[in-house]
Amino acid sequence: MSEMNYLTADYTLKSWFLTTDHKRIAILYFASLIFFFFIGGAAATAIRIELATPQADLVSSDIYNRLFTMHGIIMVWFFLIPSIPNTLGNFIVPLMIGARDLAFPRLNLLSWYIFMLGGCTTLFAIFAGGIDTGWTFYTPFSTLYSNSYVIVAAAGVFIAGFSSILTGLNFIVTIHRLRAPGLTWYRLPLFLWSLYATSVILVLATPVLAITLLLIATERFFGVGIFDPRIGGDPLLFQHLFWFYSHPAVYIMILPGMGVVNELISCYSRKQVFGYKFVAWASLAIAAVGFLVWGHHMFVSGQSLVASLVFSFMSFIVAVPSAIKVFNWTATLHKGSIHFDAPMLYALAFIGLFTIGGLTGLFLACLAFDVHATDTYFVVAHFHYIMVGGMVTAYFGGLHYWWPKITGRLYSEYWARTAAVLIFFGFNLTFFPQFILGAEGMPRRYHVYPPEFQLWNVLSSGGAVILAVAYLMPLFYLGYSAFFGRRAPANPWNAPGLEWQTSSPPPGFNFTTQPVVTRAPYQYNRDFQAEPQNA
Amino acid sequence: MPESSAFAPQYASIPHRDHTAELGMWVFIATEVLLFGGLILAYLVYRHAFPQGFAEASRHTEIVIGTANTAVLLTSSFLVAWAVEIFSPDTARITTWLLMGAACLGLAFIALKGVEYSREYGEHLVPGIDFQFAGPRGNSIQLFFIFYFVATAVHALHMLIGIGLLIALAMICRKAPTTRHHTALHSAALYWHFVDVVWIFLFALIYLPGRSSS
Repeated sequence: MSEMNYLTADYTLKSWFLTTDHKRIAILYFASLIFFFFIGGAAATAIRIELATPQADLVSSDIYNRLFTMHGIIMVWFFLIPSIPNTLGNFIVPLMIGARDLAFPRLNLLSWYIFMLGGCTTLFAIFAGGIDTGWTFYTPFSTLYSNSYVIVAAAGVFIAGFSSILTGLNFIVTIHRLRAPGLTWYRLPLFLWSLYATSVILVLATPVLAITLLLIATERFFGVGIFDPRIGGDPLLFQHLFWFYSHPAVYIMILPGMGVVNELISCYSRKQVFGYKFVAWASLAIAAVGFLVWGHHMFVSGQSLVASLVFSFMSFIVAVPSAIKVFNWTATLHKGSIHFDAPMLYALAFIGLFTIGGLTGLFLACLAFDVHATDTYFVVAHFHYIMVGGMVTAYFGGLHYWWPKITGRLYSEYWARTAAVLIFFGFNLTFFPQFILGAEGMPRRYHVYPPEFQLWNVLSSGGAVILAVAYLMPLFYLGYSAFFGRRAPANPWNAPGLEWQTSSPPPGFNFTTQPVVTRAPYQYNRDFQAEPQNA
Repeated sequence: MPESSAFAPQYASIPHRDHTAELGMWVFIATEVLLFGGLILAYLVYRHAFPQGFAEASRHTEIVIGTANTAVLLTSSFLVAWAVEIFSPDTARITTWLLMGAACLGLAFIALKGVEYSREYGEHLVPGIDFQFAGPRGNSIQLFFIFYFVATAVHALHMLIGIGLLIALAMICRKAPTTRHHTALHSAALYWHFVDVVWIFLFALIYLPGRSSS
């Protein structure tokens, strides 16, 4: 490849760490997120090893509390929330809309530095001694009783929140203002609709978390009882404020995945996404209704029955746009020319796993059942089906799909399919037994359990081994591909999106001439030049 | 496409750049609304739970200083709005003075706030540092003062950032104002007005409860 691209433009460290190129910032985020993913994953591994036997044999209960807190905090704020938006989104959004960069490139770089500052602060809290509150920082434990690094960890999450806000702000403005000529809203690929909806949540929910964490830190530092019942403070108020952010945050952690799946399903069945406008508006509906369901985390907290009924009802409502998406993806497959390439395997896995996660979410939205399942492994299994089965699977799918664009290289299709299948089976083996454990009453956040639960726990830990191996595999074959893979053409999947109209990898400002859009997205040609079999 | 020095390459024209920047500031203000919104919500929950305690606490705030500060801040917002209106290379001198005047009023606000804080410290009304209040409603009065200090401190931090922006813009306006600086000034002015509006809400929530009935 003789022409200059964003990777070969300059090789100095400075050209990476002071870059304002959205593609390089995406790579910076990508590298950082791999690091955090393995830290969070290490904690998960330790948890599953401990739970292989009913007794406490690896860690004490105090260490165990710190392990699951570390796993939750790192995975939620330092992997899942930034995962698709800040890596794939950062890279693809300007390309998809035919722009030369995001609206505010320096703000984008600042966002990465803020993220790293928040990440390092949190890592300091973890390695200095850890946090034992769980990722939810519930009061009054976090403010009065916990003898761990709560303020430092809260500061880390607080700082990282500003990185989320800046990224969301940048995406909103970019999608509004920098679309190529002719690229109307209904010609936008659905990935952009879902990232737009995600950004709205990032901008409107994250500041509430920020102020809540500030109150927690103030209460701990000054010893004043903001949420302390002894002076009339209300611990439930903390839960309301926390979940006002953290439930919408669940949609931050799934909407981008849904967006990726639109692109994959459409490409590998060579068809337009069925019911485009419904899918587009479903993203915004999820974002909007998602702000009104937080109380379903608090059914057993003592909130009023009326509140519980309303939150239960709203939680059923939010399932409607989610179901629209699942049905429309399925309808897209109908009479499609389906190719089971690795990204498509991930997309299909996403549909199945997200459906299980979503349906069990409806179980939990039922007041009567939720009382039984609260704080059991049923809840743990449910949200892992959404976040890991959904978001992480979509992340891997999108990563493979856009890999040739990002690196200019093709990966080994054989290894990619193998990893996809292993992830699917490993994931189900890890988390499906947890539904059963939860239904039988095993509570979460304990490291010892009655011996009758051991069978399902052993299965779960065995699945986790498969899952861990499967998650490590891309590190090798994608790592190999990045340096030694076959060169990718500009448009290896014969896809119509604007990101495929420029070379792979794209040049510095993405396009040599300003693209102009004249038609709806997903106008796939049925002949798929399915080429890359082996690198 | 050749690199243009007038505007960054992701924009098509100067107006395109300017409108984009302005939208960015509006989105940022949306985020700020929710930041203060969460705090005000928490305040309202407790005020609803302890109406008499909050009314009594409010009567211990320095309403004279609070009112003077409101006037100071509104005046500074007026100066900034004036500077935005008349901004052009020909009016560089007066724009600089208007912005410096607004920044000085901002500093005056912070100084008055400092006086207010020190008086509250003298009256043992600072939770976590020195809080003593004899009487049956001591606890809810303490809750009120926690919110008072957190809200006014977060607001003062926003003020300091705004003062820095105004001084920087005043320096630029003195030397070489261009349309780019007009956009920067416009965005900074939006932010300054927002900080002002937050104060108006805080003023009503902090100083006014319980004043009419006693």
